[in-house]
Amino acid sequence: MIHFVLLISRQGKVRLTKWYSAYSQKERTKVIRELSGLILTRGPKLCNFVEWRGLRVVYKRYASLYFCMCIDEDDNELEILEIIHHYVEVLDRYFGSVCELDLIYNFHKAYFILDELLIAGELQEPSKRTVARLVAAQDSLVETAKEQTSSITNIIAQAAK
Amino acid sequence: MKEYIIRLVYVEMLGHDASFGYIHAVKMIHDDSLLVKRTGYLAVTLFLNEDHDLIILIVNTIQKDLKSDNYLVVCAALNAVCKLINEETIPAVLPQIVELLAHPKEAVRKKAIMALHRFYQKSPSSVSHLVSNFRKRLCDNDPGVMGATLCPLFDLITNDVNSYKDLVISFVSILKQVAERRLPKAYDYHQMPAPFIQIKLLKILALLGSSDKQASENMYTVVGDIFRKCDSSSNIGNAVLYECICCVSSIYPNHKLLVSAADAISRFLKSDSHNLKYMGIDALGRLIKISPEIAEQHQLAVIDCLEDPDDTLKRKTFELLYKMTKSTNVEVIVDRMIDYMNSINDNHYKTEIASRCVELAEQFAPSNQWFIQTMNKVFEHAGDLVNIKVAHNLMRLIAEGFGEDDDTADSQLRSSAVESYLHILGEPKLPSVFLQVICWVLGEYGTADGKYSASYITGKLCDVAEAYSNDETVKAYAVTALMKIYAFEIAAGRKVDMLPECHSLMEEFLASHSTDLQQRAYELQAVIGLDAHAVESILPSDASCEDIEVDKALSFLNDYIQESIEKGAQPYIPESERTGMLNISNFRNQDHHEASSHGLRFEAYELPKQTVQARIPPASLASTELVPVPEAMYPRESYQTTTVPSVSSDAASTELKLRLDGVQKRWGRQTHFPSTSTSNSTSLKTVNGITQVDGSNTANSRTRETYDSRKQVEISPEKQKLAASLFGGPSKTEKKSATGHKSSKPSSHMVKSHAPKSSMEVASEKTSVQQPPDLLDFGEPTVRSTAPSLDPFKDLEGLLEPTTQVSSAVNHSSTAAVTKSPDIMGLYTETTAGAHHKDSDILSGLSKPPMTNMVGGTTTMQVAQSSKGPNLKDSLEKDALVRQIGVTPSSQNPNLFKDILG
Repeated sequence: MIHFVLLISRQGKVRLTKWYSAYSQKERTKVIRELSGLILTRGPKLCNFVEWRGLRVVYKRYASLYFCMCIDEDDNELEILEIIHHYVEVLDRYFGSVCELDLIYNFHKAYFILDELLIAGELQEPSKRTVARLVAAQDSLVETAKEQTSSITNIIAQAAK
Repeated sequence: MKEYIIRLVYVEMLGHDASFGYIHAVKMIHDDSLLVKRTGYLAVTLFLNEDHDLIILIVNTIQKDLKSDNYLVVCAALNAVCKLINEETIPAVLPQIVELLAHPKEAVRKKAIMALHRFYQKSPSSVSHLVSNFRKRLCDNDPGVMGATLCPLFDLITNDVNSYKDLVISFVSILKQVAERRLPKAYDYHQMPAPFIQIKLLKILALLGSSDKQASENMYTVVGDIFRKCDSSSNIGNAVLYECICCVSSIYPNHKLLVSAADAISRFLKSDSHNLKYMGIDALGRLIKISPEIAEQHQLAVIDCLEDPDDTLKRKTFELLYKMTKSTNVEVIVDRMIDYMNSINDNHYKTEIASRCVELAEQFAPSNQWFIQTMNKVFEHAGDLVNIKVAHNLMRLIAEGFGEDDDTADSQLRSSAVESYLHILGEPKLPSVFLQVICWVLGEYGTADGKYSASYITGKLCDVAEAYSNDETVKAYAVTALMKIYAFEIAAGRKVDMLPECHSLMEEFLASHSTDLQQRAYELQAVIGLDAHAVESILPSDASCEDIEVDKALSFLNDYIQESIEKGAQPYIPESERTGMLNISNFRNQDHHEASSHGLRFEAYELPKQTVQARIPPASLASTELVPVPEAMYPRESYQTTTVPSVSSDAASTELKLRLDGVQKRWGRQTHFPSTSTSNSTSLKTVNGITQVDGSNTANSRTRETYDSRKQVEISPEKQKLAASLFGGPSKTEKKSATGHKSSKPSSHMVKSHAPKSSMEVASEKTSVQQPPDLLDFGEPTVRSTAPSLDPFKDLEGLLEPTTQVSSAVNHSSTAAVTKSPDIMGLYTETTAGAHHKDSDILSGLSKPPMTNMVGGTTTMQVAQSSKGPNLKDSLEKDALVRQIGVTPSSQNPNLFKDILG
């Protein structure tokens, strides 16, 4: 199972964290510090896995962002690598050629997508299309809700006149 | 508000404390608007963990939302359920989630399954009655839901394999459908059909098929299909391939699958990508348990990985080496591990690798000397990271020897240990655990062999106690050691004069803050004051292995109690019946506990671990508490002088067991590969192994050349050496087992081919007659003497010239072997001839004729070698002959056949 997902920029700034196992706030900062020290210093040609405290961390770099996932020792590392890629593809499809700024300004959306993809540390949906559809459904509902509230306020405003 | 909460999430993510805003996030999930609610749920799942106080406020909302008719609300609530519901609140939401399993929307069903999976992880009992639901969901129309169901099933099957055996068929059929692209296109990923589901299924099958032949047989076809269909150019294809290898190595072995797995591994290892190399090493580690010989094909790749700059890959390779360690290669591997251990400073991994070193050294140590040295190195470098148990084990081992009933070897071991420790003590800054071992050993055996005087050892011990003055445990060990040495001296009738520094040390300890140290110092003083006889009964020399009988019921006090009761004392009330004085008694109990454990541990004169266990039976303490224990209790302790050999025999039996294991494997493997082609291939490898081993053998050089050129052109000699030392071991043992195959092979072939010549039949018969001594010979553990066994070959080199005459003569006689020459030597040649002949018979089945020749050659070599008689000259001749036969065929010269067959 996946214990946590981390997105770290090349400068060591955290862009997104999701914890599936219980870590206290103190442990979290420690984990992030340790891992960014470990991962950011690795050369480009080395393998994408790091052993860390008896667990494996699988990471992949996309442009300036490192996507890291921490897994158990007996999990399939290559599969996790593909899950990362899968997530990136979904993000890419959602934002339209995603970049770091998209994630900074819409990080809650990145969370929503991640929630559709992974749940309780397991991959729940292997189909990109389904994820995209679900997220879109939620978004459209939000849109209509927004319209409604604005129209209601308009009505109220008109009535008040 | 929504924006604020999102910002708060961001703040929290950056590692600052945002707990002041948690309550607002909780409030947000009560909101009616989905937009706000969703953000609220997101914030709550990120902020809180399952045992946070605010959870109780959320449960009600979740319950309401789970009933909502908007499926998006339900989804959001289910997301939160997976993260936030803890063991206590599971019952509150469980019924609703079970209802949701039948929800029309697949997204909801999927999340409900995952929620139940989470519940199962948290408390297996809460969902144990829902197993049938999982089974039902496996047949869900939506592949997503089906895929999600695999997660909880995987966990369930991990815990209890047997009750899910009936699902094997369905899993196999699902996997088949997936592999045949029956799923919607949307599940394809990089042109692979639903790889994530495939991986999950393969994992489950691996669990179900492990050591279950019947279940495994159902899987063979589909796994084989996947092997074929996977394209190894994409990453995901390799992920599936890797999972296939894992599956194959876990289920009941199937030869065809093993071959394709080995192919996949070699592709991984040969690839340029470090990721794939890593997976290859990992997969090799898995497969090596079933077919150890595959490691040899990849030895150079493994060594490359070992020297790779990539740390992760290196560690993985060490893991592989750890798995393939045998008594023959343990020295090389452990040395490498220790070297690597020195080079890293990651404590977590250092601990792990240290414990592995210790484990390997304990299991496979070729000699006591080496073992002690290795342990010293481990202690020196890994220091306090080593488990204290390891130190206790080491002490026990030194005390008990290695289980052989050989006192001189044991005392040699001890004196060598003492010597090395005295040497090591000169170094500054030793870890505490190691010092404890050193002190104990010096105290116990420092003066045992009379090499070092008591004053020298005591001086050293005092130095230790002074140098590490802030480590109480080390000081305590040192004092005890001092006491032992003085006690031995007194018991031996020598006069004891304490060194001045020892005196000052004692004075310091007598006033120490640590009660433990004080006690020990006083005891030391008391012991020194006693006469020789008393001292000997208190601290008998070399008695650390002897068991101490502990009278837990303290029956020797019965008289005293009786007496006291008669005098009007209160009878003992068991602790459970006392109520009022419970607190006090507890307190006193503890007090006693501490004191007694120190005092007793001391005189117990045993390994601390054991005594502590044996010495604190609460009942006995309770009784001591009411009845004042007289001082005399301590001398009255009876030492049971009969040594119980159980431990040592235990050690012996484990050793025995280890060897037996190897034997079993050998036979087991044979049953797995009944086909002759396998035995041929293994023997080919063996030839390879042999050439690798005796590098200086010029006569064989030609064979080697052919092999090396086939394998890889540029290999540095250094690497090759390493390879030989690492894999030479396995190949040696392989050789043994392979010989078993070989010697049985000719006969089986003979029977099959129904050779027309009667002589051939006789030959085959004779070979089989020759077999028993052959096998017997190999049954003996001669593995260790690798170097000497090679030397005769070198010596033979010189003898070759004169003996050619003889051998050629013998050759001729064997040519006439049709006439059944009684000469044994002729018999051997004949066997070869037979082998050759038969080999050429089955040439069509084998692709490489020269190699089969060589197999024949080596067969004779083996046979001749094994049956080297008492007559040295005779055997030399034989070897020469064998050599000649062994070499000539490899030159691919058909003349030989003419020679032999006339």
